[in-house]
Amino acid sequence: MAHRMLKIIPEKCTGCMQCELACSFVQTGSFQPSRSVIRVHLFDEQASYAPYTCFQCREAWCMTACPVNAIAINPATGAKVVLEATCVGCALCALACPFGTIFYNPDTKKAFKCNLCEGDPACAKACPTAAIVYEEAAAPDWMAPWSEKVHSRYLEVVAAGGE
Amino acid sequence: MGGWTGQLLRVNLTKKSVKVEPLNMIWARDFIGGRGLAARYLFAEMDPRVDALSPENKLLFATGPLTGTNASCGARYMVVTKGALTGAITTSNSGGHWGPELKFAGYDMVIVEGKASEPVYLWVYDEEVEIRDARHLWGKTTWQTEDTIREESGVPDAVVASIGPAGERLVRFACIINDRHRAAGRSGVGAVMGSKNLKAIALRGTRGVTVADPRAFLEATWLGKARMAKNPVTGSGFARFGTLATMDPINEVGALPTLNHRHGQFEGVKQIGAGALKKSGRLLTNKACFACTIACGRVTKVTGEGAARYLIHTSRKNWALAAEGPEYENAWSLGADCGVSDQDAVLMANYLCNELGMDPISMGVTVAAAMELFEKGVLTERQCGIALRFGSGEALIKMVEETGWRRGFGDELAEGSMRFTRKFGHPELFMGVKGQEFPAYDPRGLQGMGLGYATSNRGACHLRAFTAGAEVFGKMDRTATEGKAELTKKLQDTGAAAFDAPGLCSFVDSAVGPKEVVPMLVAATGIPYTVEELLKIGERIHNLERLWNLRAGFTAKDDTLPPRMLTEPPPSGPSAGMVSRLREMLPHYYEIRGWDAEGRPTPAKLAELGLA
Repeated sequence: MAHRMLKIIPEKCTGCMQCELACSFVQTGSFQPSRSVIRVHLFDEQASYAPYTCFQCREAWCMTACPVNAIAINPATGAKVVLEATCVGCALCALACPFGTIFYNPDTKKAFKCNLCEGDPACAKACPTAAIVYEEAAAPDWMAPWSEKVHSRYLEVVAAGGE
Repeated sequence: MGGWTGQLLRVNLTKKSVKVEPLNMIWARDFIGGRGLAARYLFAEMDPRVDALSPENKLLFATGPLTGTNASCGARYMVVTKGALTGAITTSNSGGHWGPELKFAGYDMVIVEGKASEPVYLWVYDEEVEIRDARHLWGKTTWQTEDTIREESGVPDAVVASIGPAGERLVRFACIINDRHRAAGRSGVGAVMGSKNLKAIALRGTRGVTVADPRAFLEATWLGKARMAKNPVTGSGFARFGTLATMDPINEVGALPTLNHRHGQFEGVKQIGAGALKKSGRLLTNKACFACTIACGRVTKVTGEGAARYLIHTSRKNWALAAEGPEYENAWSLGADCGVSDQDAVLMANYLCNELGMDPISMGVTVAAAMELFEKGVLTERQCGIALRFGSGEALIKMVEETGWRRGFGDELAEGSMRFTRKFGHPELFMGVKGQEFPAYDPRGLQGMGLGYATSNRGACHLRAFTAGAEVFGKMDRTATEGKAELTKKLQDTGAAAFDAPGLCSFVDSAVGPKEVVPMLVAATGIPYTVEELLKIGERIHNLERLWNLRAGFTAKDDTLPPRMLTEPPPSGPSAGMVSRLREMLPHYYEIRGWDAEGRPTPAKLAELGLA
């Protein structure tokens, strides 16, 4: 089933951080970019500004790594969400995520990540230039072809008896 | 309580001490924050007669209750001190990410006192505050300083405000640079920082800014953002063309000061204006400060021929990297006022100002004054090390670089054009007020701007009363003096209270005014401000700064313009034959301000404002 996903168009980003402000406000009730799960990286010298957040990948290494099953899938949105009551704060998920988009909060001692705001993402609403949009996408996991390629390459190497 | 963090940092560099103090909430209520609140502290704590470059001067970095929130454009902080260029109270504003980061670290303000015995920088990571050795940073450019601090601290997200070689060498118009290209630009706040041996303040804040009534606050800020999105200036004009969009219309009415303010039009506008920047491919993209939905910043790059044409010694990592600039003001001062129509020269001079940490407005106007002295034969090629001809990009770049390092003839220019022209026997060629060089609007063609320059508390300034908005883009007759005193007062008070004190950028003003800002302030702070009260606060701030200046020794005689503006009309163009009729406006301005004929606030006015 095709889910809606957060689509990020870095060319439109101006680096204003309205997404970080909105995201942190939803989570903490205050304007606190250090608790935002969408982060904008300013590549000033390359004139490029890139927001990035969890793209709810199919592999979900955070889920695989979690020893207490504290990360579940919300069937309505497809988002991988942290079950706070279950989370023991071991931060293995943050170590496992290859994209650095699940975090550990030292205040609550729990993991936190993008949950797509139950299907109404605050970052997309706050973006003044439509660099972040929440829309239906044909392939909700746009990294899948890449990961399949890497996988098959790996299998080829193993099959050939390489290291 | 919300909006304010309720804490300030007091740093004494002589005693090497750091203290966290509660914010004076009575003052916070009456002066809001930023420019207003910092002026209140400076007024209470410091003798205005001390030398600006002495350890007795204090340097305040102040945010407002809206800084660090999602209010567009709540990115601003104010540097308030006695200006090295002017000797008046100065209030230099900057955007970027530094102000919000200070709030996230948990402080509304930093007060720097005394002088360190060796170069130091201040490190703030939430509650961790340290005065650190900066001997290895001395002599580094602002860009190198930022990179080095981030690298050696191991905190890549640290936000740094620093001075460059110009501030270290007490260049009178040195500025403070944060986020590489954002400047607390005017009046020499960087020289004050340099005189304290303070190289930088580096911040990392992980805490949050809370507001008293979150729901009402979001409603108010969303309304502001919606209004800005719909407005042609804040919605699309500034994003597409930046502040450079102003150049063509100002040139068209003959109010673009050219060749040290002799002329009111520049034929090179087609080479250095907004259109040219887009066409030449130098413009890469636009960029926003923190929380800004306008994004007027110009991200540009000079490559190939341009980069090879001019000889620059200041090490820049790589010309293939992008940088920021120019703003309208800089393109005008380094371009039109010096007669330079080569875009690459203007861009490179602009980058140099950012790297070395200097105000490009004062820099350009000072070079223009030197070029006029050269033309008159007062200065020789031998003396200057180059033929200082109007229009020469080589001369401009050489002078900018030498000034930043105080090398060669640059050592003379580093004193700013008032002191420089006086030294060479032509004080009448200084184009400015109270020691501070004019910005990019000719007061002969725009009567209101002249009154605004003459009465601005920090010397000639376009941001304190931008009458050009009404005179060029609005319905007011630019050549008339009627109504200009009222307009100037209104803009001065509104700007202080609605934008400078809460921590907003003044560029929101075409879409957002006191009516929109008051609900934001009320929801943020929980204090039931009204529009009327807000404007009263603006008047209070302006009068407090005025009192400070009077105590510093300024008088009504300083509320004036150079003779060229009062008696020498531009020879051609739409403003030909016009001069500033300041004397027709000034007495009336004093009167509606509630000041006496000597420009002193009357006891009744002070009592009304709670300043008695």
